This record gives sequence, structure tokens and C-alpha cells, in this order.
Amino acid sequence: MMPARLLAVVVVLALFALPAVAPPFLVTLMSHVGVSSLVVLGLVLLTGIGGMMSFGQAAFVGIAAYTTGWLTTALGWSPWLGLIFALALTAVSALAIGVITLRLGGHFLPLSTIAWGLSIYYLFGNLELLGRHSGMLNIPPITLGPISFMSQTAMYYLIWTFALLATLFSLNLLDSREGRALRLLRGGAHLMGSIGMDTFGTRLRVFVISGIFAGIAGWLYAHMTRFISPAPFEVKISIEYLLMAMTGGASHVAGATVGSGLVVLIKNWLQDLLPHLTSNPAQLEQVAFALMLILILRFARSGLMPLVLKVVRRTSRPILKEAGLLPKRQLPAPGDTVLEVDAVERRFGGLIAVNKVSFDVKAGEIVGLIGPNGAGKSTMFNLITGTLSVTSGSVRFLGRDASRLSQREVAALGCARTFQHVKLRHGMSLLDNVVSGTYLRTRAGYIKSGLRLDRAEEERARLEALMRLQQVGLAERAHDLAGDLPLGQQRVLEIARALAVDPVLLILDEPAAGLRKKEKDALAALLNKLRGEGLTILIVEHDMDFVMNLVDRLVVMVFGQKLREGDPATIRRDPAVQEAYLGGLA
Amino acid sequence: MSLDIVLILLIDGLSTGAIYLLAGLGFVLVFSVTRVIFIPSGDIAAFAALTLAAFQSRTVPGSIWLVAAMAVLACLAECVTLVRNGSARRLPHAIFFYAVLPLIPCIAGLAIAKQDVPEILRIAITMALILPMGVLIDRLTLRPLATSSTLILFIVAIAVHFLIAGIGLIVFGPEGVRTNPILDGVASLPGGVVVPAQQILMMIVALLLSLVFYLFFGRSITGKALRATASNRVGARLMGIRPERAAAAAYLIASGLAAIVGILIAPVTTMYYDSGFMIGLKASVGAIIGGMASYPITAIGSVFIGILESGASFVASDYKEIIIFSVVIPVLIWRSFAVHRDGDEEIEELA
Repeated sequence: MMPARLLAVVVVLALFALPAVAPPFLVTLMSHVGVSSLVVLGLVLLTGIGGMMSFGQAAFVGIAAYTTGWLTTALGWSPWLGLIFALALTAVSALAIGVITLRLGGHFLPLSTIAWGLSIYYLFGNLELLGRHSGMLNIPPITLGPISFMSQTAMYYLIWTFALLATLFSLNLLDSREGRALRLLRGGAHLMGSIGMDTFGTRLRVFVISGIFAGIAGWLYAHMTRFISPAPFEVKISIEYLLMAMTGGASHVAGATVGSGLVVLIKNWLQDLLPHLTSNPAQLEQVAFALMLILILRFARSGLMPLVLKVVRRTSRPILKEAGLLPKRQLPAPGDTVLEVDAVERRFGGLIAVNKVSFDVKAGEIVGLIGPNGAGKSTMFNLITGTLSVTSGSVRFLGRDASRLSQREVAALGCARTFQHVKLRHGMSLLDNVVSGTYLRTRAGYIKSGLRLDRAEEERARLEALMRLQQVGLAERAHDLAGDLPLGQQRVLEIARALAVDPVLLILDEPAAGLRKKEKDALAALLNKLRGEGLTILIVEHDMDFVMNLVDRLVVMVFGQKLREGDPATIRRDPAVQEAYLGGLA
Repeated sequence: MSLDIVLILLIDGLSTGAIYLLAGLGFVLVFSVTRVIFIPSGDIAAFAALTLAAFQSRTVPGSIWLVAAMAVLACLAECVTLVRNGSARRLPHAIFFYAVLPLIPCIAGLAIAKQDVPEILRIAITMALILPMGVLIDRLTLRPLATSSTLILFIVAIAVHFLIAGIGLIVFGPEGVRTNPILDGVASLPGGVVVPAQQILMMIVALLLSLVFYLFFGRSITGKALRATASNRVGARLMGIRPERAAAAAYLIASGLAAIVGILIAPVTTMYYDSGFMIGLKASVGAIIGGMASYPITAIGSVFIGILESGASFVASDYKEIIIFSVVIPVLIWRSFAVHRDGDEEIEELA
């Protein structure tokens, strides 16, 4: 076992020393690995972490390669100007394609990437300007002052400088505010919206970043080989990139380098070997790679990185107690109205799920919203949190109309929630899950995070998260994985994340479901304590016993309508409530 | 553009659309039962064309070895699974289904390859040979992942295309082929427009098979079982329908449709080992228009794609593919919103 940092330093030094000791063909090969690893790095962020599949990355490589190719040959511009324009055009293309397609779900998104990937590839092959299928010759080498990158060794160093910088940028990014949003993408839009993250915006930004990484690769490729034709920008090659990502381990940044290295080496070995066996080596190579991809998807979806990670020891960064605090919201005075639900109605086609329901919640109260199955509690919950929009009536939060606001906007006003079916990122630590909750209270963007200029704020956010974990009693396990917690504690962890939003109102969706008696008692004690600290709480619950001893007031819903409202003792005695719950048999 | 040209393009588009329609029905069927977008069905169509062409030129088609090898592997895979699950008594059934049945047309193919036999026999043996391909591909590659997300299944389907197209080159070689037309001659329309009989045949076959599909799914028990599996796997299982069996039926029918596609277009288009990808992709566009669920809308969508393609190849033939694939994106957006309206979708972890 050695520290991860040490291994990284060893790898970088080995890469630096390689041209001095290795034969030229290996240097060339490793240059190709570097170029591919840039594209694959984009795929790791996009696919492995962000959950979006793209069969179009090779097309982005092509856009950049052709841009710089054309500018430097037809117009005779400097390759560095070529770089600027290549990246600009790739980013604009990615932005345009992303705006149109990234709302697509499931298999629709990868289908669309095939569609535009193919279209762009055919465009390269049909534009007279780009030399059609014969491509472009005599692309000049890159020069920087007196240095020419004509030699393979010089090019090798240039390529790996870009590849390592991009790797560092990605590592920094993932360990930051926006990086957490990226890591939450797989958790779905409701999870992200509940803590104020923008799902579409995050998808779009990572798509553009992956496009830019592919663009850098395209620029390097064009000036390294100094000849381009449409073939390397085909959908088939995009699949090779995907294979590299999967081989290395698509959810790890370092997997990009490992995967590209391995696949390029295998490819080279096949290219030496296959001509002895067959007259169609290219196709046999395709067969081998396709087979490899299928086998990896079936047997080893996490790729090689887990093996690498076994060798290294990763220590969790300590939390700085002197980091300082994040700004906190002013809580309303006890008794002020926090939430007003006024004659809210929600229809689904002909079905009225919530029918003219009104109630309010005052600061410092715990209010329970109860009712039998199908009473419309969950719909009500979704209407308050902005997950669904109201058909008529209004939801006012702290005096502002919140009926038409999105989940994100509702969260920004100070309304945090938990989920009936726990939504946590099981592969992230407790701390990281809770730090995600501070998204709206912090500012750092992509550039700042990637360049590591966000540390002061980041440390404050981490300290805040630790304090929230202390508040709910999970601080000892801050660095464990969320997936290792039992269900009861996962629900508590969700509360800690919601608290990190710094809410005025906390809304809990069936928090006692699936909990054992002891866990329920602990949860009730926690909620009591939070009320004591001035928090306002609304509980949507099924479990009568749990709410009876906890809440100040109850709102009972039946068949989409409000049946009763009152203190627990009155509600318990109410014959109409008894009938609704027990069908009149009591 | 004169009326003649419009008419010619329209007929051309309709016959191309008929091909996409046949393949598209297979797409919808397989997707609705298994959630797989079965891109390799295009390759199956190409292999059917190449097989028939090989028979016509008195050579042994490479697909015989391919199907035989797949049958042996699939049979082994099935036997291993059965033994592991402790259901060894079903071994004979598995061997019959995965090995014996697919090997019969292989042997028949070997027997007639070098002989002068009636054309109809060649077509029949080509069909029988190609028919098990979908089921075998499924057993070897997709079935073990049946519970994965549509996304993973889609990547595997794409990988399978590259896998079998690569094998296609090895077993068939790089040469393009055309087969002898099934129907010779032309029909003259008023106004002097001539339509090759083969194109008319394509349209008639598509029409008839669509009708058969309609009746099959509306009336027969198997059809209803497939529909039930499509709408709810667990529910269907509770009703005694085995999803694996339904999937096998779907792949069998889809391969049959693909084989018909290959046999019908080989006389009018030169087919190569890798021609299937484009046929598969374009037919999938028709199926996507139908939401991978509706047969009638798929039919309309396929015909639309066929006409668009023939129009595009007349107006801007270099940009034909670009035009067709650009149409997909708005269609995808429209369809995706119909399915994922609230946008909350958790994505399966890779690791």
C-alpha cells in the first residue's frame, strides 16, 4: 500500500522519463495514448460520472482537427490560433447539440448522439472545403518561439502536458461544489432540485467540457499526424473511446489514462499479430474490441481501476475546525406564518388528486399531514416543494407566491426536504452527501474549482457539513460511505443534508417508514430538538403513533380533501377521522 | 421537378419505406418485449442477402459456419446455466432448441450449396438459416444482461453490431453482391412511368406482413402473451408467461422479418457485409417515430423515412444521410418528452 499521491508522482515521473529510455515507436504509441486519454477523460466525466452516454465524441475530435487543419493550411494561420478557434468551434457545437439533446432520457440520448455523430462524420466526407474523403495533407507542426514540435519527442511532451493538466483539472473539479453536482446527476432530477442544483445546466456544462477535452485531442492529433481524413472521427471510433473508458474504469479520472493505455497497447499488439492470421486485420480488430466491450459490460463494469485502487491508500482530508462558517439565514420569529396553502387544487386529467385544500404552518411548529393511502398527501407534498405545479389555488412561502416556482427556486427560498424512498449517493461519503446540501450557500464555479481557487469556501462548507452531521449524531461516521448505513440512519443522513441547505422549513416525506421502534424514537427526539432550535417542520406521514406524540397540529386529508385540522388529542377522538382510517369499524 | 419525377421518387420512397417498415416492426416487437433496440437486425438482413447470393453463385455461404458456431456456443451457455440452476432435466430440451434446430438448416444449406435447385428452395433455406440468428445473439450477449438498464442494453446492442459485422467480413468477404430478382419485369403506370416488379413485390410483402402482424397480435394467444410481456414483465410472469420464451419468440420473428428485408432488397441494392448498419439505423428511426411501441405509427414513420430518403437522394444525394439523421433529433425530443415527462430518472451505476 502506498499513498495515492505518491503513486501519481511516480506515474508522472515515469511519463517524463519515458522518451529518454524507450524506443521511438513506444514514444509515438504513448503520444497516441495521451491524445486518446483526453477524449476518454471527457467520457469519464460525461458517462462514468454524469451518466450520459455519447457515441459522438470522435465527431468532436474531428471538428477541432478539421478547424485547425483548415485554418493552418488554407489560411496559413498559426496552430495556436488554430487551437483557439478549434476549441471555440467545438465548444459552440457541443453547446448547440447539448441544448437540443441533453433533456433526452434513457436510451434516447445515446441514439441522438449516434444521429449527430454520423451526420458530422458524413459532413467531413462530403465537404469539398475539407477535402472530402481524401482529407487534408501537410498540416504544419506546432511551434512555440524557437521550439518546434515536429519531433515525436517534443510532441510527446506537449501532448502529455495537456493530458495531465486536464486530468488535474478534472480531479479538482470533482472535489468541488460543481463536481458534487456532477456526481449527483445519476441520483435524478428530484434529488438535485431538492438542494438547489440545476440538472440540465450541470449536464450541459459537463457535456461542453467533454467536448473541449475532445477538441484539445483533435488539435493535438491534427498537428501530430499532420494529415487528417474522416475515418478517425467515425462512430466506430467513438465506441473505441467508450471501450477505453470502460476498460480503465469509467467512474475514475485515472481510469481514462489506464484505459487508453491498455486499449492502445492491445490495438498495437493486434495490429502486429493479426496480419499474420488474416487478410482483414482491421475487421478482426473491430471484432476483438466489440467482444471486449461486451465482456467488460457483463463481467467487469468497474474496469481496472478497482485493482489499481487496491494498491493505494487514500486518506480522507481532515476537516479544518478553524475554517469559519457559511452565512446563515435569519429564521422568522416563532408564530410567524411560514407556509400558507390556500385552496390548492391539482388535477391529473379527470382525477382530482388534491381538491381545494387550505392550511398553514407557523414558524417553530411541527405540523403533521396525515391520511390513509390515496388521500393525496404525496401530491400535496410535491405541490409544496415545486415538484408538481398547482392547477389552481396558491402556495405561499414566507409571504411569497411559490405556486409556480421550480424545486430549485423553492429550495433557494429555504424549504428543504427528504424523500420517502431515500435518495442518497451510496458511493459517496456521509460528509460529501451532506456537503452537497450547501450548494446554494456557496459560489465557486467550474473554472475556480478546476484551478483550486475555491479552497477557503470549500473548507467552510465541509465544516458546515460536519456540524450538521454532529447535529443528527452521525459525525463519527463522516468518512464512511452512505451506502454502508442502515436504512434508519440513511433517513437521518437525508435530514442532515436538508439541514445543510439552511432551511426555514423542513418537509419530511414519511420519515418513519421502514424504521424500527428504537429508530423512530431517536428520530422523534431529533425532530423535537430541531424544533427547539427554531426550525419549522412539516411531516407527511402514514404512521399515526409516530406523529401523535410529536406534532403540534395535524391536518388530515381523505380522498384529496382536507377532513380535519387540530391538535393530536382532538384528532384522535374525532369520529370522522376514525372512520376514515378504520372504515367505521372502530 | 415534373410530376413524373415526383411519382418515381414517391414509388421509390414507398418501396424503401416498405423495407424500413418490415425491419421497424421487428424493432418495435423486440423492444417492447426485451427493452433492447436491436440494431443488429440490420446485419441479419445483410447476412440473409449475402447468404442467398452465395447460394445463387453455387458457393457455401459463410453464414452456415457462423450460425453453427453460434448454435454450439449458445447451447453450451444454456447448458451451463441449466446445470448451475439445478434444472439439468431440461438439458435435452435446451440442446434440441439451441443446437439441433439451428443446425438442420446449416446441413441443408451445405447439401444444396453446390446444386442446381429451384430458387424457392434457396430462399427457404436462407430463411431457415437466418431465422435463429436473433435468438442465438440474444442468448449469447443480451440475455445475461436482461435486467440492466435500457442504456446498457443499447450499448451492448451497438457492440454486437460491430462484433457480427466484423465477423461478417471474415465469413463473407468484402465483395458486394446483388441477387437475381424474385420477380422480373416492370409495370407501366399511366403517364409513362415504369415500376420494376421487384419494387411492387416489396410493397405488397410489407402490406401483407403488416396485416399478419395486426391479426397475430390482435387474435392469437402467442401474440397476446407477447403484448402482455411488453406491458408488464412481472405481471406476465404471474400469468404463466415466461419472459425468456416471449423474448425468444420476439427475436425469432424479428430475424424472420430481417431475413425477408435482406432477400427483398438484395436484387435492387448492392449489399456488403456492413450494409446492415445503415438499414438498421434508418429502420430504427421509423420505429422511434412509433415510440418503439405503436405498430401503425411505426408504419407511417417508416414510409416517411423511405420517402424522405428518396427525395433527399434526388435533391442532395451527398447529404442524404445527414438529412435523414438530422430528422431523428426532433423526433427523439418529441418521443423522449412523452416518456420522461417529469425528468426524474435515476441512472444505473456502472460499477
